[in-house]
Amino acid sequence: MPKITYVDSSGTERTVEGKNGMTVMETAIKHNVPGIDADCGGACACATCHVYVDPVFAEKVGKPSAMEQSMLDFAENVKENSRLSCQIKIRDDLDGLRVTTPESQH
Amino acid sequence: MSGAPKRIVILGAGQAGGQAAYSLRLGGFEGAITLIGDEPAPPYQRPPLSKAYLKGEVEAERLFLKPLDYYSEHRIDLITGVAATAIDLAAHEVTLAKGKTLGWDRLVVATGTRPRRLTLPGADLAGVLELRTLADVDRLKTLAVAGARMVVVGAGYIGLEAAAVGRQLGLAVTVLEAMPQVLSRVAGPEIGAFYTRLHREAGSDVRLSARVAGFEGEGRVSGVRLADGEVIAADFVLVGVGVVPNMELALEAGLTCGNGIVVDAAMRTSHPDVFAAGDVAWRPLMHYGREGRLESVHNAIEGGKLAAAAILTAPPPVVEAPWFWSDQFNVKLQTAGLWTGSDKTVVRGEPGSGAFAVFYLKEGRVIAVDAVNSGPEYIVGKRLVAAMAKVAPAELADKSISMKDIGARAST
Repeated sequence: MPKITYVDSSGTERTVEGKNGMTVMETAIKHNVPGIDADCGGACACATCHVYVDPVFAEKVGKPSAMEQSMLDFAENVKENSRLSCQIKIRDDLDGLRVTTPESQH
Repeated sequence: MSGAPKRIVILGAGQAGGQAAYSLRLGGFEGAITLIGDEPAPPYQRPPLSKAYLKGEVEAERLFLKPLDYYSEHRIDLITGVAATAIDLAAHEVTLAKGKTLGWDRLVVATGTRPRRLTLPGADLAGVLELRTLADVDRLKTLAVAGARMVVVGAGYIGLEAAAVGRQLGLAVTVLEAMPQVLSRVAGPEIGAFYTRLHREAGSDVRLSARVAGFEGEGRVSGVRLADGEVIAADFVLVGVGVVPNMELALEAGLTCGNGIVVDAAMRTSHPDVFAAGDVAWRPLMHYGREGRLESVHNAIEGGKLAAAAILTAPPPVVEAPWFWSDQFNVKLQTAGLWTGSDKTVVRGEPGSGAFAVFYLKEGRVIAVDAVNSGPEYIVGKRLVAAMAKVAPAELADKSISMKDIGARAST
């Protein structure tokens, strides 16, 4: 089971066991990791599950789809490594993935 | 009742009730929070019920808003499978089924809505179903098998989403809509025409201006009879003709109600210690200068947050323009704003391409947008709606001008 580490805006780290096929967003919610709101439940309809992906994992995580990119284009504090965590599905080769959550999702 | 609250009771463990509980703890409330719901499940997302869950792609646990241990971890006393039977404003108590009473300093009524029933002959036959809860969809799933004949009464979001899943699962689907257009309550004719075509091209029989006169069958439904006498064969029927607010307890208790429990901008009812949020609440619609009762995830989340902020006398969150989404087949509809009262519509893009948007204007200002597979139109459109921005219709219609530029150029 791949391990995912969530780093919040104050630097606190929380590492949890992910499950293949579940998204990085769902895993945060399931493990009570704060910092991800997921208002639309993962339907790519709100941009409140925004995370910054550790550059080391950028290539493995991949680039956003066109729909995700358009949601990201207009989100707050978007950076090169921004992704909507509801669109990142967990796989074995993402073991050790680190993502940082923004100060606020709204 | 004066003084800081120590006991908060939340009636209704859905999206709004759950959010109120989460926001109260997040906001630093240290006292007792009791969250009561009449369904057996903890707070869960309803949108996937007519989408991935009906299709069998996710199990129920994945729909939970928070995992079960969240509630004990945050000292939220979650009581499921129990209905409230009375609210006593004077005594500051609620009575639950089986007679238990609970005292409260502040009460949040988030009892939601229930599907409207058709009072037509045969409506009580087995196999005439509704789609609101996990239990409803568990029932539907046993019937939604390849080759089965599904008749959907009502071409609103619920009916159309379920119809789309039905086709994808290999059912023979007929959609019956009483109005001349699908989604007529929520969208304009361009969107209606697009979705009618989408469902027909997928192989469903969509009948517009089709009034249902009754349901036929012995004990179990076998057909739907139209006003003109035609009977449409059915193995099961899904009725999706809107919802009604669960405001009976509030009304009986003496709270001001109309089409829902009436609240102010802080979600406070006619009683200073009682709040209402979510589907059941009739609230001011800040961007529109009128009141209304909205049925959406966003409205429930916002209402829960507003009620919690008011109880904690904390700064409320910024009120967003109402937004909503619907997934049918491979089409994503994202909408922002409310289009009622629009005096002009602008179509951006070609409906035939499968990606386009409809902007609804009133007196030159964007009051709503329906974006079909068009992320930028939705995201920028939502900002335009929030600002009630003035935009030149010709610019909105011109795809050579990016939404980013349109957003930057819009004036308030």
